[in-house]
Amino acid sequence: MKIGEKSGLKLGQATRDAFGDALKEFGGTHAQVVTVDGDVGNSTRTEVFAQAYPDRAFNVGIAESNLVSVAGGLAACGKIPVVASFACFLLNNAYDQIRMSVAFPSLNVKLVGSHAGISIGEDGPSQMGIEDVALARSFPGMTVIVPCDAPSTKKATAAMLTHEGPTYLRLGRPKVPVVYPNGCDFEIGKAITVRDGSDVTIIANGLMVGVALDAAHDLAAEGVSARVVDMHTAKPIDEEAIIKAARETGAIVVAEEHLAAGGLGSAVAMVVGQTLPVPLAYVNLGDRYAESGDAEGLLEHYGLTAAAVCDAVRRVSRR
Amino acid sequence: MPVRAPQKSVPELLAIAKTLRKDIIRMTTAAGSGHPTSSLSAVEVVAALYFGGFMRYDPAAPHDPQRDRFILSKGHAVPVLYAAMAEAGYFPTEELLTLRKLGGRLEGHPNMRRLPGIEASTGSLGQGLSFGIGEALACRLDKLDSHVYVMLGDGEIEEGQVWEAFAAGHKYKLGNLTAIVDRNGFQQTGATAHVLDMTSVADKIAAFGWHTQSVEGNDMQAVVDALTKARPVKDQPTAIVSHTRKGFGILPLLEKEGDLNYHGKPLSKELAEQALQLIDAS
Repeated sequence: MKIGEKSGLKLGQATRDAFGDALKEFGGTHAQVVTVDGDVGNSTRTEVFAQAYPDRAFNVGIAESNLVSVAGGLAACGKIPVVASFACFLLNNAYDQIRMSVAFPSLNVKLVGSHAGISIGEDGPSQMGIEDVALARSFPGMTVIVPCDAPSTKKATAAMLTHEGPTYLRLGRPKVPVVYPNGCDFEIGKAITVRDGSDVTIIANGLMVGVALDAAHDLAAEGVSARVVDMHTAKPIDEEAIIKAARETGAIVVAEEHLAAGGLGSAVAMVVGQTLPVPLAYVNLGDRYAESGDAEGLLEHYGLTAAAVCDAVRRVSRR
Repeated sequence: MPVRAPQKSVPELLAIAKTLRKDIIRMTTAAGSGHPTSSLSAVEVVAALYFGGFMRYDPAAPHDPQRDRFILSKGHAVPVLYAAMAEAGYFPTEELLTLRKLGGRLEGHPNMRRLPGIEASTGSLGQGLSFGIGEALACRLDKLDSHVYVMLGDGEIEEGQVWEAFAAGHKYKLGNLTAIVDRNGFQQTGATAHVLDMTSVADKIAAFGWHTQSVEGNDMQAVVDALTKARPVKDQPTAIVSHTRKGFGILPLLEKEGDLNYHGKPLSKELAEQALQLIDAS
């Protein structure tokens, strides 16, 4: 994957791999952590934990509804269940189970959705989670985290496991560029300015952070100073960072590997519209499903590129 | 104080059953809504569980990890659970009349965050057995002796998730889990045999590898015997298909009203009065 190359970033672990490693590490010192899997543990990487701690790893087969409610029951008895599946199967199949067995009773279940976005590639739309952030945000009390690289995913995993309350962690399939150093700071709900700028702010999370950095690099060559903010926590959203961006840069582009409806873009718009209205533009999947193809080809074809971010910036920035 | 299982004799349980039935009628009529007939069919099983020596608990310590747990997966029958909890001392009997009232703890379907002693927030049918599996797994991990009982409705078992749970219960050999199906033969729009005939529920559950019994669910002695028989089974989960009558306790009244289902509606004040007399006279 060429994302991040022009920004000088090196390719690192996929976020799902970083999660798998971090979960095993945390699980070693926290006996209450258990995993519940729906036959995809070797894709979501909970298998790493499962191999180390087989007594604490449960596989209920291809049964996402049961999967989530079982996790609810485990949490009701004081366990910290990590329930991982593909984002689309977890959020879409088991939406009501998340609602009634997790969110409504405020149970400490850690939901992990991998294979987010279209960058999963050839498997195609049935396996792509493109609405999961919107669905996750809709649960009252749910914390929603979308880390962009391996180092921040490791910290996010630990933060999620320490946090009290239902949480959703979104992970991707492909290797992604390393944005942060190992052991980087990470605080749920606190956005990170990865590149400062004054003419416009690009707010992104997940894979689109690397894309945004590439766009900022290209824009700099045109004399446009773009701030890039990694808004890893989609809920609770960092209102302060958004208002600061609006006030200091006057225009915001929101980039996400997600449908237009209900994701990071919606969350940012609600803050901007109610506090300091500034021009907004979006880079996302729009209102459509994708198709089968290679990951890079798909991102190019569906407009999740640095070029698309630059276009969006030109639409709204003051320069 | 450690958790204990109140153990009453069958005649005492029959007396308790009468009290629970009257409470169900009174609270739903006072609320002006609710599911009395769905609750009435389950009375014998719930009474036996809470007072027949099968469930250890302490109303003063509702979160004691050593307790046995009851999950009412058919959450709309919550009046029977509230009635049993009041009888057990979780809260004063007067609170039963706050059923479904704004600001009250006794919501229209069980809310585990609102009322200590409620083990799962049910109402969206199909999730309780899965939730029970999670609890049973946790108890086993923690080497607790606790037993988890889950009551399902016979309409509820039309939800596919229930069978995902039956499969998983077998996989994990959950000897500390008992599923009880309140087979009262009706669901919201009619008889279960008409809406979606599940034919022999006991055969289906047994095919999933559970130790399965069928019992006349409104016969208190039979219910006690079945629960007793299920107890020593440790190497597989247990199920009891409890054949009951929806609205048991006021059947002549329902016949007169021409509706043996009478789903999801409370009795009017007048009918409730008749119902209470009927229960007292039985």
